[in-house]
Order: sequence, then structure tokens, then C-alpha cells
Amino acid sequence: MNWTAVAAIYRFEMARFFRTFMQSFLSPVLSTSLYFVVFGAAIGSRIQEVEGVSYGAFIVPGLIMLSVMTQAISNASFGIYFPKFIGTIFEMLSAPVSFLEIVLGYVGAAATKALFIGIVILFTASFFVDIQIAHPGAMVLFLLLTCLSFALLGFILGIWARSFEQLQLVPLMIVTPLVFLGGSFYSITMLPPIWQKVTMFNPVVYLVSGFRWSFFGIADVPIMFSLLAIAGFTVLCMAVIWWIFKTGWRIRN
Amino acid sequence: MPAILSIRDLCKTYDDGFEALKSITLDIEEGEILALLGPNGAGKTTLISTICGITTPTTGSVSVGGHDILTSYRAARAMIGLVPQEVALEPFERVINTVRLSRGLFGKPRNDAHIEDILRKLSLWDKKDSQLSMLSGGMKRRVLIAKALSHEPRVLFLDEPTAGVDVELRKDMWDIVADLKSSGVTIILTTHYIEEAEAIADHVGIITKGELLLVEDKAKLMAQLGQKQIEVQVSEVITSVPDALQDHALELTPSGEALIYTYDTRAERTGITKLLNDIAAAGLILRDVQTRQSSLEDIFVGLVSGEKS
Ligand SMILES: Nc1ncnc2c1ncn2[C@@H]1O[C@H](COP(=O)(O)OP(=O)(O)O)[C@@H](O)[C@H]1O
Ligand SMILES: [Mg+2]
Repeated sequence: MNWTAVAAIYRFEMARFFRTFMQSFLSPVLSTSLYFVVFGAAIGSRIQEVEGVSYGAFIVPGLIMLSVMTQAISNASFGIYFPKFIGTIFEMLSAPVSFLEIVLGYVGAAATKALFIGIVILFTASFFVDIQIAHPGAMVLFLLLTCLSFALLGFILGIWARSFEQLQLVPLMIVTPLVFLGGSFYSITMLPPIWQKVTMFNPVVYLVSGFRWSFFGIADVPIMFSLLAIAGFTVLCMAVIWWIFKTGWRIRN
Repeated sequence: MPAILSIRDLCKTYDDGFEALKSITLDIEEGEILALLGPNGAGKTTLISTICGITTPTTGSVSVGGHDILTSYRAARAMIGLVPQEVALEPFERVINTVRLSRGLFGKPRNDAHIEDILRKLSLWDKKDSQLSMLSGGMKRRVLIAKALSHEPRVLFLDEPTAGVDVELRKDMWDIVADLKSSGVTIILTTHYIEEAEAIADHVGIITKGELLLVEDKAKLMAQLGQKQIEVQVSEVITSVPDALQDHALELTPSGEALIYTYDTRAERTGITKLLNDIAAAGLILRDVQTRQSSLEDIFVGLVSGEKS
């Protein structure tokens, strides 16, 4: 393993983040505050509690998940797409690094940024509502696995994309709707029965539910299902990356 | 001395079926400078990209320092530095960071003294904290060279390093190349400028349409293929070549003050002695005699146009 190279990529990618640190830091603070004003105040005045948890606190895990997923995807996909786009990828390809090392550098950096933003949101939210974490270990595990797996997904997208439109298409058209419809801001038990069934096909439901369970001990689906879902998703992304590595798909012609 | 770079029957066919390299075989000895000359689309960049791992070879093999570029890619690539033809740099990053990244990618531990040394040599030191997007084209090219040198390569590829750069940078570049050569680095450069190959290369390879037409010692190439001309200046203006000299295939310069005789240095007899005797016998008085060696350019144009017909 060329760990020096992994560290070099990681540092270089993090530098991009630190260059815009204030923006990286302020935008989640601002958007979280806005969510509390809009969802918490407007809707929260009608929905007092969900399964014994105040509505404001109830949406915190979903809010974190929403940002962590979209940030992990956009950071990782942009991180690898941009060098392809401007041509600096030549250096990765001609360096004595394996594909695994490239993935570790880019995905590691993207996951770190997403994790940072998740923590900022959690911290910001704690100014608005009381937050208790019933299962801290599970909470950390869910958070880390989500950062990792969605950064892997983003990396795959970045390799796949041939234009900036394509790069934004999947997060915009697939991931964001799935997250919003995945019970981030409501309990799926609040839905009519038919929609409760349909929602079960949305993988994000399992992640949000499991993550919320680690906070409040309440879940829409059994916690084992949530763990299996996130683990399965991580393995699936790794398998796709392994295949890309084997075939050189869309990297070396 | 064993070849540091050894290319055997290398072929590259792109996905669209285009055959960019047709069975290239080439050995390059350690410490030499090879200039690859060829027109646009000849396959120079493809050859370099394939050696460096940016594209995969279709068939054939390449080894660098005895390491196969596919099976021992780490060892092979660790020896190589590449300055690409196209300037590609992360626009918002700083000069020093991108150079450090290159060194790290090649697995070399951080060495600020070495990086400083390179940046100073390339007149980039006072620009080390500048954003790359703020640099001029010539400066960007220097940064690419700094990146390639940051990990102390044994073999350096320069893909058209002086295309579109100013005279100053070109001269600097030649100095850098000379410097590197004296430290034992093997250099392969591609160029459009024949004067460049002529000025700095030890060997010259000529490539067209994916085929390597020849690789020759530069001096030998010019001596073997070069034609020489003698310009004989006479003391009076003449209007035509005198009859007594008609056997000699002479040309008269437009001004009428000199005769030009072209001969092949490879020929058994150049005919110079007889020519000079005959000129004297014809009653012309010599003012001066000059010889001219044809440039690589003439050789190159001759070869490439010969290939076409
Ligand atoms: N990715 C590619 N796909 C298809 N053809 C290509 C590709 N890259 C280069 N070529 C073709 O291969 C030939 C050689 O190109 P190149 O190696 O860049 O030439 P040179 O560097 O000598 O100008 C050209 O005809 C070019 O159009
Ligand atoms: Mg080229």
C-alpha cells in the first residue's frame, strides 16, 4: 500500500474544503436553523409530539441524514469528476497508486466532510431542542456507515458522469426525493396504509429509522433491518467499485 | 548498458477502432535524450500515455528499469515523471500544494528542501503561494514541470514542452534538460520544433501515422541523410552558369554573385575537387566558399513526404 499517496490525496481534497471553510460551516448552520423555523415552528405548532418525542427533536436525525447523504454524494462525486473534467486525472493514472488507494483518498475525504457537517447540524440543533441520544454507539455507527456508503456512491457517480448535468442528475432526481419521502420529517405510521407499504421499497426509510432509533429508541422498522440495509448498501457500493477497478470502466481508455 | 526503457511491439487501438500505434519497438539507454519528432496526430502523445499508464496498451510490452508497466506498475511508474502536452491544473489550488501532492502521490516522503530547490530553479519560488488560475500560460507549464520533477524521476517525458511558450521559457527549458541530463536522468521529449531536437537531443526518432520510421544518433542521422551545399562566391556578377561548368548541376543565386552546388555526403565522391578546379579553369575568381549542412527539418520533411508517396 502506498499510504503516502492516500494521505496526499486526502490532504489535497480536504484543502478544497478548508479553502471554503466558512461556507462549509455556515451553510449547514443556516439551513438547520431555517428547518427549525419552518418545520419546527410552523408544523410543530400543529404536531406537538410524534410517538412521545417533541416534533422539533423528532426531525433532527432525519435532518442530519438528509445533509450527510447529499453532502457525501456531492463531495465524492465532484472530487473525482472534477479532475476528469479538467484533465488533472492524468496524474492519478500515471502515479504508482492502485485504484484502492485513489478510492480511499477521495472517499475518505468526502466522508470526513459529510461527517463534519453532520456534527455541525447536531450541534446547531441542540440550541433549538433538547436532544438525548439513547444508543450513542449505534448512532456513531449509523452516521459513519452512512458517510462512507454515500461517499462510495458519490465516487461511482463521479466516475460514471460525463457531464455536470449527469453529475447533478442522480442526487437531484433520485436521492433527494428518496430522502424527503423516506420519513426524514415524519413517522411513516402517519401515512395512509397503502403509502406505508410503498414506502417500504425506499431504502432511505431503513437508514432514517435506524438512525432515529439510536436517538429516541423509536423506529418505523426493526433495527436489525436498518443495520442490514446500511451494511448491504455499503457492500453493494464496494462491489461496484471493485468492478470499476477490474475493468477500468470510464477511467482508462 | 541495458536499456532503461524498452518497448516491444507496442500497439494501441482506440475504442473507436483507430490504430494509433502500430507495433512500436524501441530501446532507450539510461541518461540519453531522445527527441520524438512527428507531425500532429502521429501518435506521440499516445505512445507516452501508454508508457505512463494513462491508456492501456492493446498488445505488446513496455518495461522501465526492467519493471513491466503492467505487472510491476508501481516500480515502473515510480521511476517516471510526466509533463503532459495539455496544461491541466486544479485552478484554485496553490502552486506549492499541487507540487507537494505530486510528490506524495509517488510515495515519496515530504521534502521541503527538494521542492524549494525545484521551484527556485524554475523561477517559481516567489509564486509558490499563488493560485494556479492566476498564473500565465508559461508559468503553468513550469508548474507542470515542477510537479513532474517533485518525485525525483529517473525517466522524464516531456510532451511538446515548448509548444506555444515564449523564447525565455524555451531557453530555460533547454537549460533544465541539460541539467537533468548531467544528473543522469533519461529524457524523452516530443516536439514539433526540429531545432529543438537538433539543439538538445542525442537521438532522434521519427514517428508518423503510428509507426516509428527510424531512431538514429542525431549526428549520424544528419551526416547520413543530410545533404550539404557549397556556396561559391565569385568576384564578378554572372548572368548564367558558364558552359564549362554545365556538367556540375549548379544553381546560380538570384543576385548572380554565387554558385550553389548540392552534394550528398554519403556519396563516394563529392565532386568538390573537380568543381573547384573547373571553376578556376573557367576563369572565375573565388571570393569566398561556404558549406551548409541541411537541418533536421529538411531531413524530416524529406522522410515524411517520402512516406506519403
Ligand atoms: N481517445 C482517443 N480515441 C480515439 N482516437 C484518439 C484518441 N486519442 C487520440 N486519438 C487519435 O490518435 C492519433 C494520434 O494522436 P496523438 O497520439 O495525440 O498524436 P500526436 O501527439 O503525435 O499529435 C490521432 O489521429 C488522434 O485523433
Ligand atoms: Mg501530442
